[in-house]
Amino acid sequence: MAIEVRIPTILRQYTDGAKAVEGSGSTLAELISDLETRHPGLKDRLVEGDALRRFVNVYLNDEDVRFLGGLQTTVDDGDAVTVLPAVAGG
Amino acid sequence: MRYDSLLDSVGRTPLVGLPRLSPSPDVRLWAKLEDRNPTGSVKDRPALAMVERAEADGTLKPGMTILEPTSGNTGIALAMAAKLKGYRIVCVMPENTSPERAQLLRMWGAEISFSPAAGGSNEAVRVAKLMAAEHPDWVMLYQYGNPGNALSHYETTGPELLEDLPEITHFVAGLGTTGTLMGVGRFLRERVPGVEIVAAEPRYGELVYGLRNLDEGFVPELYDASVLTTRFSVGPRDALRRTRELLTSEGIFAGISTGAILHAAMGVAKRCLKEGRRADIALIVCDGGWKYLSTGAYDMDLDEAEDALEGQLWA
Repeated sequence: MAIEVRIPTILRQYTDGAKAVEGSGSTLAELISDLETRHPGLKDRLVEGDALRRFVNVYLNDEDVRFLGGLQTTVDDGDAVTVLPAVAGG
Repeated sequence: MRYDSLLDSVGRTPLVGLPRLSPSPDVRLWAKLEDRNPTGSVKDRPALAMVERAEADGTLKPGMTILEPTSGNTGIALAMAAKLKGYRIVCVMPENTSPERAQLLRMWGAEISFSPAAGGSNEAVRVAKLMAAEHPDWVMLYQYGNPGNALSHYETTGPELLEDLPEITHFVAGLGTTGTLMGVGRFLRERVPGVEIVAAEPRYGELVYGLRNLDEGFVPELYDASVLTTRFSVGPRDALRRTRELLTSEGIFAGISTGAILHAAMGVAKRCLKEGRRADIALIVCDGGWKYLSTGAYDMDLDEAEDALEGQLWA
């Protein structure tokens, strides 16, 4: 088992066009670092310093990780992580 | 109830229990029926408030033109207010919205300028800002950054909820301009210790997130994450399923964004039940289902209905 990470169109240049990739780690930060080893450049688009970039939203099983623990959010095998750019609603 | 005019009848909407969807007598769901506003949506509150604030501070004077980027409901509400108050109104709306929205806007006298589907409301905001720069005499009320938007909910929706449901433990609403959540959230947090404020954010198809680069992302100026307890992303399938569930189990005919809100509220209810916590969860019914009939949301097979929403701004 691994953690599925869904990638938005705008970041698929880093995943050879793949809509979803798999990774492992016990926190979101570790998961992103693991992805970076196979998809170089991705981490820099998601993370700035020790936080997520302003216009990047990451959801763990549909819940915004900023309200869980940010990059330190615990992740588990079988979880689904979704990355989306922040856009206007309303 | 008697009012001097239609504009005076905005707000004071009913709060109804959802006995069949509530999981137990200790974990109850309540729906605030915002479709009972004059143009049929929650947006009548911020629209009227923004117009009246602009009149009060002198930005908006008789005969002037209002400009607004809108995916529908705010524009429709502003068009009604503009018609009654004698303003011209131009709405910038993404082309991937249901045809009923354009019909309603025109019905109330708005002129529509369509923005490209790709990029969704982001594009509408960008185009409206360009038009505002070209027409300095037009007044853009700008729902994403106008404090009057959140304030209308702080002053009306919040107090109404607390009056009708003093035992409220959770408030769940949609996250678009963030006005409802910021206004009601602040009001409740000041008065109800431990109240939880939960956002349901619609997750659209890929077309809507079609930015050229991440720096073009958008976070409404009104948004303050510290008001929220948490935030859920809800996709079209769950939103459709819950919209139908609300209709079949409670008889409430709501729009698709309400389905997304109900989905988040049901998740909260399930969590409270599991943890053995008492909960009175209030959620917003943003609008009725009328504007979405042509999307097939209510009568198509669920898979087909989901496909039909692909690329559409359904909330």
